[in-house]
This record gives sequence, structure tokens and C-alpha cells, in this order.
Amino acid sequence: MSAARQDLAVGGSTTSSGDRGVAVVSHVVLIIWSIIVLAPVAWTFLQSIRPSTDILSSPFGVPASPEWANYSKAWVDEGLGQALANTLIVVGCALILVMLLGGMCSYVLARYPFRGSRLLYTLLLAGLTFPPFLAIVPLFGVLNSLGLLNTKPGLILVYVAFALPFTVFFLYAFFKGLPEEISEAAEIDGAGKWRTFFQVMLPMAKGGMATIAIMNFLGLWNQYLLPVALNTRQENYVLSQAIGRLAAQAGYQTDFGKIFAAAVIVIIPVLIIYIFFQRQLQGSVTQGTMK
Amino acid sequence: MPVSTTAAAGGRSVSRRRLNFSVDNVSFWVVFLVVPFVLYLALVIWPFVQAAFYSLTQWNGFNDAPEFVGLRNFVQLLGDATFLQTVGNNLKLLLVVPAVVVVLALAFASMITLGGPSRGEIRGIRGASFYRIVSFFPYVIPAIVIGTIWAMVAMPDGGLLNGVLMAVGLEGFDNFAWLGRVSTAMPFSMFVIVWGFVGFYMLLFIAAIKGVPSETYEAARIDGAGRLRSTVSITVPLIRDNIQTAVIYLGIMALDAFVYMQALNANGGPENTTLVIPQYLFRMAFTKSQFGYASAIGVCLAIITLIFAGLVFGVSWLSGGRDRRSR
Repeated sequence: MSAARQDLAVGGSTTSSGDRGVAVVSHVVLIIWSIIVLAPVAWTFLQSIRPSTDILSSPFGVPASPEWANYSKAWVDEGLGQALANTLIVVGCALILVMLLGGMCSYVLARYPFRGSRLLYTLLLAGLTFPPFLAIVPLFGVLNSLGLLNTKPGLILVYVAFALPFTVFFLYAFFKGLPEEISEAAEIDGAGKWRTFFQVMLPMAKGGMATIAIMNFLGLWNQYLLPVALNTRQENYVLSQAIGRLAAQAGYQTDFGKIFAAAVIVIIPVLIIYIFFQRQLQGSVTQGTMK
Repeated sequence: MPVSTTAAAGGRSVSRRRLNFSVDNVSFWVVFLVVPFVLYLALVIWPFVQAAFYSLTQWNGFNDAPEFVGLRNFVQLLGDATFLQTVGNNLKLLLVVPAVVVVLALAFASMITLGGPSRGEIRGIRGASFYRIVSFFPYVIPAIVIGTIWAMVAMPDGGLLNGVLMAVGLEGFDNFAWLGRVSTAMPFSMFVIVWGFVGFYMLLFIAAIKGVPSETYEAARIDGAGRLRSTVSITVPLIRDNIQTAVIYLGIMALDAFVYMQALNANGGPENTTLVIPQYLFRMAFTKSQFGYASAIGVCLAIITLIFAGLVFGVSWLSGGRDRRSR
């Protein structure tokens, strides 16, 4: 790295040969990094269609005929299919709920200030500061006493509660920025508070809602700690748990093919989303983090 | 003005003047405020409060009642060699990972935004969007998958890393266990975390650099500043807030690192060299059922996190003050 930066400094003069030097060094560095990023992922795809016996003997090589059995093993035997279904249910419900509750809650806090509303807002921010690890043991007890431990509804509620502070934090600023006149006009026209929110204010916050929905989707899809601690029954496993369990066994077995296949199964949905929403996603991340 | 009174009528501060008990209004407050907060208080705040209490108890499973023991858990933690080692491991992560990620992300972001020709207006490098898309990709891969993939890459036999090293003719990497040796397990794990985060912060820095007026860079260039000089003297001070945010996020992540470490070395690595505080907490709670002791570990983790955040704000405030005086 230091060599590259040295060149950058030298190339800073206005000569065009210096320019070319800078460009070449930058390209070389960035291409090397791109390879470091892509190679393991590409390798994983390739390995996932090789027979496990080949994988152990050599890290390279393309199979003469793809071995799809790895996928059926991962999908059926290791329960990835079931886990994908669970993940879609849990993340889907949690996402809808947190966007709804987060939107409503931030709307009230931003638009209807009352005594103590600042305190409630601060309380939400406090939830962003503490590590979730601190809560995990008592949370286990709370869910246990509610009869929600190891159930999908339990996991959904926990996801919603933990995604709520970030959602409110972000949308609060958004609702605060919407013009006062419009909600007033709606109320003069006789729209109740519910209708004002759902038919007037919420549609105006679409941009902010989309941004935060993408962020929440990624966060919940990738969540590992909460399900591992609170969702230990195997038929309720989400994807991250299923692959975590597989990976943990990697040391004790030689059937690596299905681990690679499982990794691909988890990557494919996010890869598709990334390719289609790449621009919005990058925008979301920059907006969502630097608020 | 009468309109805004109506709008605020539901607020408790004015409710003494005119209470509005219509179905619309009452249900609005219940659903919009009470429901989310009940959920949040029950599943986030209440567990945090409970954790503070449980850390002062001995509690060995849900069949037992927690027994109050004062600060005994904390005293015991101070003498617990494994715990102290996990703290050390997290501190190593804290020292290395944010620094490496920020420097790499800043270097890449500068190359992408300022790498173009130095005549005419300030331009980015060709292929910038390709580099951006590729580098950011790891951010969307679940951490557990990142860890799993890299654990496979590092396999002594049949792993990509040793395969490449031997293919280019390096001796001694046959069967080299990157994650199984004391000397390489932690550095390798750090690299994996860096791999996962550089693209994300690169993107943030690109956005920040684009927010700096290009005249600033042009003026510096006319004054003879090279690109490295521009990066150090213009970019860094002007996007300070973004760097500070990045350091805080990365630091909090480094004090956690649970998922990566769990995927790379679920048992804590060779001689526990990659065992982190959250893994130890998890082990104490869910394998050994020492819930009180685990809660005490959680409290320590929270305290360390808060100290770190305080330090970053403090350092930033001090250096910011000095900066402003000298300018």
C-alpha cells in the first residue's frame, strides 16, 4: 500500500506521464482488490458443483459434469429449503411490522410533540447504543415466560423490537421535514388522524421508507445472534442458522460440497437483490448511515 | 392558529384544555405510540435492565431462582484468565480493524474519485462504477456466510489460499493451517473482517468526498499539491465527521465480531487466540447455564463499548479544537 501511495504523491504533478502513473497504480490496486473480493465468491460457486472427493484432492478444476447432488443434499438433507421458507416468513413479517410500527411511532414523535416525547425518543436512541449481547440472556427468559421461545412469532417480535430504534431514528428526521401545511389541510378537510397518516403523510415519506426498508431487510436477513440464541428448534431455523450449523460441522466431516452449495443458496437471493437494487442500495446506505 | 391547536389536541401537554376522546384519536395514540413502545420496552429496554440486575446474582438456569451475590461475579471475572484473554482479543481487533478499514477505504475512495487526469476539472478514475459495485458486494453477504467461505478458502487441504500460494511456487504452504496456528489465526480473522467492511466504508467516503466542492481540490492543485497531499490535507479534515462515524461503527463491531469468529473458529481458535467476549458470554450462558456470570460479562462488554465511544468523541473533540486554533 505504501508504495502505491508514494507513487500517488509523485504523480501529483501536472505532467501527463505522472497522470498515467497515478492511473496505472490506481487501476492495479483496485483490480487486485476486486480480485480479492470476487475470487472467493467465484471459487465457492465452482466448488459447489464439484464432487466432494475432488474438492479435497485439489482446490482447482471444473467438473466434467456438474454435481448438482450437493444442492439437493444441502436443500433437503440439511434443511436449507425449510430454512429459506422460515427466513422468508420471519423476515417478511418482521419487515412489514417494523416499517409500519416504526413509521407510525416516528410520525407521532415528530409531528405531535407532547410532554415526555423527547424522553421517549432518547430512550429509543439508548437502544442503539447498548450491545444486543447484554440483552440476550434476559430476553431468553422473557420469551420463555411468554411462551414465545423457539417460535416464529417470538423471533418476529424480537426482530421488530431490535430494528425499531434505527427505523424510528431515521424516519423521525424524515417526518419532521415534511411541510406542516399538508397535514393541516388534510385535517381541515375532515380526515381523521389515521387517514391523514395513511393517505397523506405516508405516501410522501415513500422515499425514506424505501431506504430504511432496504437497510432493515439486509440487517434482518443477515441476523445471526438473535436466532441462534432464541430459536433453537431445528424446524424453525432461519438460513443463517442452517449454514452456521453446517459450517460448524465442517471440521468433523469431509462432505464439503454441500457446505459450498449451502453458501451459494444463501448468497443467491442477496446477489439478485444487489444486482437489481444496486444503485438504490448504495444510496440508502450512504443516507442511512450518515444521518 | 386554531388549526395547529386541533392538531396538537391529542398531546398530553394541551390535553387539559380539551380532551379528545373520539375513537379516531384514542385509537391513534394507542396504536401509533403505545403498541410500538410496549414492544420496545418489553423486548429491549426491560432485558437491558434485567441484565444489570442478573449480573449481581448467581443464577444457574431457569429452574433456579437468581441468588443475589453483589459484585462477586465481577471480582471473579477479574481473575478469570480466559475472560481477560477475550478482552485482549477484542482490544486487538479494536486497534487493528477500524484503522486498516478506514485507511484502505479512504485510499480506494480517493483513487476512485480523484484518480482521473489532473488537467481540467477534477475527475474520477475510469471504471469507477465497476470498482464501486464489486467492492461493496461483500456488505450484502451475511457475515456468517463470509466467515464460512473464508474458512473454506483457508482449509489446509484443498483450500483456495494454499492452492494459489503453491501454484505460484511458494514452498511450505502444503497443509498450512491458517486458522489452526497461534501466529496466523487472529491476523487471518482480522483480514476476513476487513474484507467484509472496506467496500461499505469506501462508498461512504466516496459520497463524502463528492460533497466537497471541487474548487477546493482545484485550488490545492494550482498551489502544487499532489494527490496524496490533497487526500491528507483536504479530504481527511473535510470529511472528519464521516471518518469519526466510521471509526465508531467499526469499533463497536470490533468489540463484537461474534459472527465472524464463530464462523471461522467456533471453539475460539488455537489456544483461544480468536475467542472474543461475546463468544465467551454465549458459552457461559447457553452451554454452562451460568446466566448471572454471563450477564456480568455482558455488562463489562457494554461498559467497554461506552468507554470506547466516549474516547472517540473525546479525541475528536480535542483534535478538532486544536485544528480550529491552528487554522
